[in-house]
Amino acid sequence: MSPQSLVLAAVVMPLVTAVLVAACGRRPNLRETVTLVSGGLLLGVVCLLVGSVDARPEVNVIDVIPGSFDRPAISIGFHVEPLGVLFALVASGLWIVTSVYAIGYMRGHGEQNQTRFFACFAVAIAAVMGIAFSRNLLTLFLFYEVLTLSTYPLVTHHGTEAAKRAGRTYLGILMGTSVVGLLLAILWTWQLAGTLEFRVGGILDGHVEPVTAGVLLALFAFGTGKAALMPLHRWLPAAMVAPTPVSALLHAVAVVKAGVFTILKVGVYIFGTDLLSSSGASVWLMYVAGASLLTASLIALTRDNLKERLAYSTISQLAYIVLGVALATRSGVIGSGMHIVMHAFGKITLFFCAGAILIAAHKTRVSELDGLGRRMPWTFAAFSVGALSVIGLPPVGGSWSKWFLALGTVEAGQWPLLGALMISSLLNIAYLVPIPLRAFFRDAPPGVGGDEETGGEAPVACVVPLCLTASGCVVLFFCADPIYQFLLSVTVN
Amino acid sequence: MNWQQLPILQVILPLLAAPCCLLLRRSRWAWGFASLVGCLAFLIAAKQLHVIHNSPAGAISYQLGDWVAPFGIEYRLDRLSGLVLVVVTAIAAVALSVSRRLLKGEVPEERHHLFFAIFLLCLTGLSGIVSTGDLFNVFVFLEIASLSSYVLISMGRDRRALLAAFQYLVMGTIGSTFLLIGIGLAYMMTGTLNMADLAERLTMTLGSVYGEGASLENPALPVNQTRTILAAFGFLTVGLALKLALFPLHAWLPNAYATAPTVVSTFLAGTSTKVAYYVLLRIIFTIFGLTFAFQQVGLQYLLTPLAVTAILVASAIAAYQADLRRLLAYSSVAQIGYLVLGLSFATHAGVTAGIVHLFNHALMKSGLFLVVGCIATRQSGLTLESIRGLGRRMPLTMAAFVVGGLGLIGVPMTSGFVSKWLLVSAALEHDRWLVAVLVLVGSLLAIVYVWRVIEAAYFQSPDETGSDEVGEAPVGLLLAAWVLLGATLVLGVYTDLTVGLAREAATTLLGGGS
Repeated sequence: MSPQSLVLAAVVMPLVTAVLVAACGRRPNLRETVTLVSGGLLLGVVCLLVGSVDARPEVNVIDVIPGSFDRPAISIGFHVEPLGVLFALVASGLWIVTSVYAIGYMRGHGEQNQTRFFACFAVAIAAVMGIAFSRNLLTLFLFYEVLTLSTYPLVTHHGTEAAKRAGRTYLGILMGTSVVGLLLAILWTWQLAGTLEFRVGGILDGHVEPVTAGVLLALFAFGTGKAALMPLHRWLPAAMVAPTPVSALLHAVAVVKAGVFTILKVGVYIFGTDLLSSSGASVWLMYVAGASLLTASLIALTRDNLKERLAYSTISQLAYIVLGVALATRSGVIGSGMHIVMHAFGKITLFFCAGAILIAAHKTRVSELDGLGRRMPWTFAAFSVGALSVIGLPPVGGSWSKWFLALGTVEAGQWPLLGALMISSLLNIAYLVPIPLRAFFRDAPPGVGGDEETGGEAPVACVVPLCLTASGCVVLFFCADPIYQFLLSVTVN
Repeated sequence: MNWQQLPILQVILPLLAAPCCLLLRRSRWAWGFASLVGCLAFLIAAKQLHVIHNSPAGAISYQLGDWVAPFGIEYRLDRLSGLVLVVVTAIAAVALSVSRRLLKGEVPEERHHLFFAIFLLCLTGLSGIVSTGDLFNVFVFLEIASLSSYVLISMGRDRRALLAAFQYLVMGTIGSTFLLIGIGLAYMMTGTLNMADLAERLTMTLGSVYGEGASLENPALPVNQTRTILAAFGFLTVGLALKLALFPLHAWLPNAYATAPTVVSTFLAGTSTKVAYYVLLRIIFTIFGLTFAFQQVGLQYLLTPLAVTAILVASAIAAYQADLRRLLAYSSVAQIGYLVLGLSFATHAGVTAGIVHLFNHALMKSGLFLVVGCIATRQSGLTLESIRGLGRRMPLTMAAFVVGGLGLIGVPMTSGFVSKWLLVSAALEHDRWLVAVLVLVGSLLAIVYVWRVIEAAYFQSPDETGSDEVGEAPVGLLLAAWVLLGATLVLGVYTDLTVGLAREAATTLLGGGS
């Protein structure tokens, strides 16, 4: 198959899956088979695309706004480039793992509306593929909105009043920022540059004043609500009412990473790192990101609800990625790209563990976890690995991305930000490490100890995925070089 | 084949068919006949657009009774008129073909033939306005359309419809009177009613219009510099703003749309305000011209703030409505703001955006009212409270509503996005930042009012009394709603037709007038 048809297949296939899932609603086993098989196919397609990345194949689907006398047409179209392939690989790989986990979780929990759940999940993955391979800003915007709309039913899955309120916050912030900020930024880019294509080296160079570039960057950064840059982060903790697989895949991988991926792609292919560093348009963004990552870490310290603590941790880690883009140095961009991968594996492990704890022990608070480690050794071992990866300690993958980000701050000469990164790492330790420590080394409170004999781990379908992603974190530490080489080609013109 | 007689057929066909409906008397026969006429009218309009598009001048002219214009009445159609006619007749055809089912329970069966007769008269009026190239003819057809729509609205099932129709009657008559005064003043100064001729004479000097013999104070003064013409322009604009329901002259619209029979709301929402917008475009750009309207009078200083206020205020009001039809009606007032905003930029891009949105919004809003009609066939309540859990009971109907709602918000891949994109880029073209931001804030408000409906239908469980059984609207109705709203999706992707034609129409308008 040509790379062009492969790209189209990567976007269309999950959509077909969604239809099939909806059609197989009455036969759960068949429905789940459909999900898993197409997950495998999708991963295969994306892997095939890795080979063609050097040729940067492009495909145009349709012109949405016809060209006029002085402007080219704006089209929906896809292309294959390293950042997108990397993102698509992570998302499609973790989709399979999450599907396995979700099947175990949803059945173990006896959730309602499972068909709607799996169908929306597939649509969300299609949207992620669209974002990853989008060729221009309009295509990216289209799939960005599709992602918001398709995840809304997932966030409000329980249908309770709290879920609906969270859904309103979710939709309000994500759609609101994208319609007012992102769309305006895209239209402005269109006015300035006369094109919306992603190009190596950027399209805005020579079309903007430094101040204008700064304002435009602000519109992009805050318009991309999914990147959860403070103060637009409220939706992320709110969305934690969703079932855990949703939090895991969507709010550690797909949705939030779609946000930072957008900012990364805009930084690299619309502005171009040269323009950002020479005009100083992104200096303010460095400090906003720095403040965001410190504040979110501090807030995470105060949260007792496990998922909420992880949510604030995510906000903080997303700010690392934004910071890397704002630094606009080679190491910064490489660190950002790498952190998308590393954090995805680390955080999804942590969420999986949170879900497993909920299923097996019905615990949601950090303070209730005392002594659970002996009962659920696999889960908490995986949790420790994931936590190390998020903190950035060897021998887990997260250490590489943090290393490059720190190097980026040195290259840019931003010493205060290097300090911020270090302090934040300490804070990460402070809010993550106590969790497995409590579980392993504290005794279970009297009265609930009876569980220890009767209960064990969560269902196998839940435990296997979290062990897989945890070992993924370790593997990534030793196999970071291919990713590095991959990303290097983005930064070299 | 010879297509020369199409322009007159377009108007005369529904006009002659209207009394035939009276003679048929039986509801079923009258309905069948009227639907046939509606479909024929649509075919004529489509063929006519095709002929216009392929003609070298991009316009066709028809002399009524072979009396040469400006002495006789001329029907003159260019791409803009062709496009508007297609919209009007398409919506009429769809509305007529499903009207019998929708009328059930709203209008007693023995009055159906009257309904169809009036409906066809209304269609005559609307088609006539768009076809004619004669300003007085516009007034005549406008009166036909208005009077028949008062009657149509008053047929609503409860007595509030009478009040709404009366309110519309009063406001509409004031509007028509203003128009008539404006036309009279223009006629007084130029001695002609033909639009093209008027446009020409307005730029001439008084001396050359009145000839050598007239005793004039200042024969070198161009006609359009006189105070009389200024007054005429003012009367025409205000009169049309009333017909158009431009904020703050919109008060008649929500009541009328909310109480009329649902098929009437479906029809009028997509046609009557759009036709008024068409006339406004004609008067401003074809007759008076860009230079006069925007440089001499400064119309943009009036229209831009009003349009933006309409977008914001009406959207905000829509977000507080509990009744579905009132919600959609206020949304219409807001969308009219978008239309007028495009016009008020007085640029090629702006007018293009206005015309594209005219097309897109007409289909979208008619489709949405039709969805409301679908709901009305299954239950009597049309409030947010009574549609709770409807997503489960009428999945296809509510899915259609979601599509239309996303179109109103302007989500990509719907036609609403295309028009919004064009409008905002037209605003940015001349650095109208504030306007651009406010338009986008308007879409935020649209999210709010659309989402209230979606949340009620999909994410709230019905009261205990409501049954959970699937009970879709009749297939025909559902199909009609999907035809209109499916167009929203198709036109969001294939934009060559709308944007391409609108660009050419805008070129004609701006080129011809300035």
